[in-house]
Amino acid sequence: MSNVFLALQANEETRAIIEAITEDNPHAVVHPSPAMVKIDAEGSLTVRRETIEALIGRSFDLQELHINLISLSGHIDETDDELTLHWNA
Amino acid sequence: MQMDLRTVAIKPLRNTFDHVARRLGADKPASRYQEGTFDMQAAANFHYRPTWDPEHEIFDASRTAIKMADWYAFKDPRQFYYGTYTLARAKQQDTAEANFNFVETRGLAAMLNDEVKATSLKLLLPLRHVAWGGNLNNASMCAYGYGTAFTQPCIYHAMDHLGIAQYLTRVGLLLGSEEELDAAKDAWMTGDAWQGLRRYVEDSFVLKDPVELFVAQNVALDGLLYPLVYETIVDDVLSSEGGTAIALLTQFMTEWFGETRRWVDATLKTAAGESAENKALLEKWTTQWRDRAASALTPVAQIAVGGRADTVVAEQVEQFNTRLAKAGVTV
Repeated sequence: MSNVFLALQANEETRAIIEAITEDNPHAVVHPSPAMVKIDAEGSLTVRRETIEALIGRSFDLQELHINLISLSGHIDETDDELTLHWNA
Repeated sequence: MQMDLRTVAIKPLRNTFDHVARRLGADKPASRYQEGTFDMQAAANFHYRPTWDPEHEIFDASRTAIKMADWYAFKDPRQFYYGTYTLARAKQQDTAEANFNFVETRGLAAMLNDEVKATSLKLLLPLRHVAWGGNLNNASMCAYGYGTAFTQPCIYHAMDHLGIAQYLTRVGLLLGSEEELDAAKDAWMTGDAWQGLRRYVEDSFVLKDPVELFVAQNVALDGLLYPLVYETIVDDVLSSEGGTAIALLTQFMTEWFGETRRWVDATLKTAAGESAENKALLEKWTTQWRDRAASALTPVAQIAVGGRADTVVAEQVEQFNTRLAKAGVTV
């Protein structure tokens, strides 16, 4: 199975998002680079709104993710509550 | 000439302050809220006791009967520190300003029927004195409470009450004139409907225990007054009689109560979860102040709902009890 990834800018806002992603996806591997964090995961990766909200203490619109999003790979499955990256096998 | 661009990864020597790292259990990046809260209040090296209270240190946990092993166990679920708090309120202020503007420019105030207008003025304007009391009480909790995790949200709460008092004043000036404000002050000082509530507010001014004051003001009084006045009376009763404009003007109060409730509940939950003694004490205070608040608010509710006041207040008390049960306090 191949990897999907999500690359985010490394800043105050994304710290909680990255923490939420690692919490929800134990199989994900985080690679910090200068000013950027790349998260690789085998098969699929899910970003959950609720987990992020619990960490930042305010309501979060998943679209806010795009402000700090550098790149991603995989097919995207997006709802108001979740963003899932995966490869159609 | 050839230029080679190379990225150099500079690893920070440390990710956060040592005192924050100790609380997180490891040196990892901390949120601004954590850095702006943990161990901010001075806890040692007080040279002199305050002359106005030689029994206590200037910051002293023994001012309250509630015992906490760690006063930083409290957590504001909104994670407000100065930056996030002011940003959030500035946004709400913009909305409120737009709402006032909307009501003014569309002449919605003139379209209200006289009865709704008179009821709103009679009910809402004296509440600015209650809000001012809330400001004073929360400033007192902040001054005499212990630990930034507990005291920081109190001072924000104090500012919020001041803001609410100002919004109410503006409602008065928009719907009426200065005379209405004077009449409301008169009603607050001498009107029969308000004396119970005034006594409650004035009695709360002399409470010495900051956590008991928290229960009296933020849990019991606000917990009954806000849903009763803003959610039930303004949003339901007055709106159904054509007073939607009023609901537009008090939108901040409704939203604010929904938001701050989370902090109040979380604080109660942490304190009650600490020990059985804390829980018993909180239950005693809550029951006592809830009953006083409920009876003080009944004549106030009568201004808007007349004979149904008893039922309306009883419903609020029931919802209040359910809410507190979720926070771990059985009343």
